[in-house]
Amino acid sequence: MSTSPHVAVLTGGMSLEREVSLRSGTRIATALTEGGLAVERIDVDRDLVARLGAGGYDLAVLALHGAAGEDGTVQSVLDLLGLPFSGSDALASALAWNKPIAQGVYAAAGVRVPDRIVLSQLAFRELGASAVVDRVAETLGLPLVVKPSTGGSSLGLSVVTTAAELPAAIVAALSYAEAALIERFVPGTEVAVTVLDGRALPAVEIVPKGDRYDFAARYTAGRTDFHVPARLDEAAAAACEAAALAAGAAAGARHLYRADLIVDADGAPWLLEIDTCPGMTETSLAPMAAEAAGVAFPDLCRTLVDLAVRDRAAA
Amino acid sequence: MRLDTDPYLSRYADRARDLAASEIRALFAVVNRPEIVSFAGGMPDTAAMDLDAVAQLTAEVVRDHGHTALQYGGGQGREELREQLVEVMARGGAPATPDELLVTVGGQQGLELVAKCFVDPGDVVLAEGPTYVGGVGALSSHQADLRHVPMDAEGMRTDLLEEALAALKREGRRAKYVYTIPNHQNPGGVSLSEERRVHLAELAEEHDLLLLEDGAYSLLDFEGHVGTSLRSLVPDRVVYVGTMSKTFAPGVRTGWIAAPTPVRERLVVLREAADLCPGNLTQLVVERWLTTQPWEAQVKEYRALYAEKARTMLDALEAEMPAEVAWTRPSGGMFVWLTVPRGIDTSALLAKAIVNRVAYVPGRGFFGDGQGGDALRLCFSYASVERIREGVGRLAELLQGELALLRDVFGADAPELAGRRDEPGITGGGQGGGGTSRDPGPGWGVA
Repeated sequence: MSTSPHVAVLTGGMSLEREVSLRSGTRIATALTEGGLAVERIDVDRDLVARLGAGGYDLAVLALHGAAGEDGTVQSVLDLLGLPFSGSDALASALAWNKPIAQGVYAAAGVRVPDRIVLSQLAFRELGASAVVDRVAETLGLPLVVKPSTGGSSLGLSVVTTAAELPAAIVAALSYAEAALIERFVPGTEVAVTVLDGRALPAVEIVPKGDRYDFAARYTAGRTDFHVPARLDEAAAAACEAAALAAGAAAGARHLYRADLIVDADGAPWLLEIDTCPGMTETSLAPMAAEAAGVAFPDLCRTLVDLAVRDRAAA
Repeated sequence: MRLDTDPYLSRYADRARDLAASEIRALFAVVNRPEIVSFAGGMPDTAAMDLDAVAQLTAEVVRDHGHTALQYGGGQGREELREQLVEVMARGGAPATPDELLVTVGGQQGLELVAKCFVDPGDVVLAEGPTYVGGVGALSSHQADLRHVPMDAEGMRTDLLEEALAALKREGRRAKYVYTIPNHQNPGGVSLSEERRVHLAELAEEHDLLLLEDGAYSLLDFEGHVGTSLRSLVPDRVVYVGTMSKTFAPGVRTGWIAAPTPVRERLVVLREAADLCPGNLTQLVVERWLTTQPWEAQVKEYRALYAEKARTMLDALEAEMPAEVAWTRPSGGMFVWLTVPRGIDTSALLAKAIVNRVAYVPGRGFFGDGQGGDALRLCFSYASVERIREGVGRLAELLQGELALLRDVFGADAPELAGRRDEPGITGGGQGGGGTSRDPGPGWGVA
């Protein structure tokens, strides 16, 4: 390979998070181009394999969010093509993508995760699960967070405070995934820990100005206050870091990933999920954390390229 | 350290401060992919246009009037074009003189300028419920208190309008104007009956009302029927907004306002502050289209094409939709309004629809107050007949599946699952969606 690799930035696609992905992809491609690399942005579609085969690329940087991009699908195809890529491998991606399974793995690794129940469409259709919906609130208590078992950007997420709201919230979550993940609501400080090549970056504290960190709060500049580093005491900050690293290791995540946590009143971190292809937009958390650690956005992108190249042999 | 992702926040005007990223708008980013049958955008089928003719007249414009075409123009728009637009209005039964007209950048700019001219924050504006999504956007951006008047198969319920006017009077308030699309309404797909047009004109006199008549679909009746224009009934009480987007092409961004002279004069000044003048190049193209081409034959072609597509969509809906779903039966225009059981949230369902490769506009976008969660708009003008059948099939399958799921989750007898076919009106009110509120408009960037 020459000193200036030819990079394909994979972005867009058919995912429900297409718009966010396009924003991430454009920003990464611009930064790498300004850094002197030969970069092409590819909007992922049926021609992807043909384009990658014909394009003479040395590696791919993934700016894909949502199904196909983040769930191991693209990663498997890239493996077959022999093209190195940034971010977690197919297995780790698939694992982290399925939140209920991933939470089980994190819990087995000793990481604290909220009590939860998973109800799939199948459970309602074939097992008559509606008869046990009442037990969800009895078992977990209220309030509850209801979200799709896969996917990001808070799409399809609701917080319910009464059992009566639960069925509608489950239906809304099932609009986005085959199963609804229902978690005990953990009150506390919302924190994101980004891990770059095995090193935890300063935690980012998220304080939405509205009542929660929903889609609008995530992607409207000015709707959320961020504090970097998070205003945590040393022990809590260290516990967050440890949880992020332990969960990432358990999933086999690599290069760049983001762990979302809640720190409760006792300073204990609860891990909600790991995002193996974190957003890279102007309001995204991973670039903020990198910036706070002295890694400017262009350098963060360049690091992704270098990591993909470095791990080529390992793949 | 506190990170400021928008250091300009303290400087924004009230009308801009609350604007936020929208899930629905983000989902629309996927809709234009060819894999998806989109009934979302209200797009004319420009494939029906004679591109050679347009190419030739555009070349002629540059060749014969190049310096004019590339220069600034007057704020009111070219007089020669206004003369032609008066003819277009006349075909729709709306009288006007060229001096009453102001050429705008699409009908949308007309709606925005009228809002800018009349609406202070908190002012009441009445409109059909549902109403045009871009109309909601124009009014929201001027912080109007938008209140809706329900419709049935004969358009706006003018009896309910009368009640709303009486209620306002009791509050000591009045509506700045009533926004209405009398012909083949977007998104309802229904037209105001002749009796109600007369009633609306009477109410305008009685209550000293100003009407904003949106004539976008006036020439698109499948049978060529032309409804009585409100402007012909009470000319001094009507500001009329027209567009070439549906009879020629939206790409030329040419619309107009016809208004009583004092209003027109203010609108010209407001428009000059916004964009100085409409583009001469596109004005000349439209002008030449109207003077040298058989534009009425083109409109006729659009009508025949949309009639066929509407029939295809209605037949497919009839054949495929579950019994709980209701819809309007348009006799013109570009849209069908579909109402689903209240337990279904059409905003949340859009994600699943996209995964199933079909798209629509969720009903909430057509209201300023969060209603419409149990309805959606289908546009039949753009997709091909084959794609319409395919898309309706996918949508029907999706709704069947969703109803089955709801029965499974809520229990079979849940009141939320009751069918809507026997209900009066084109959609119930109701704040559909309950605890899972999805963002309502303003404006998702669709026509």
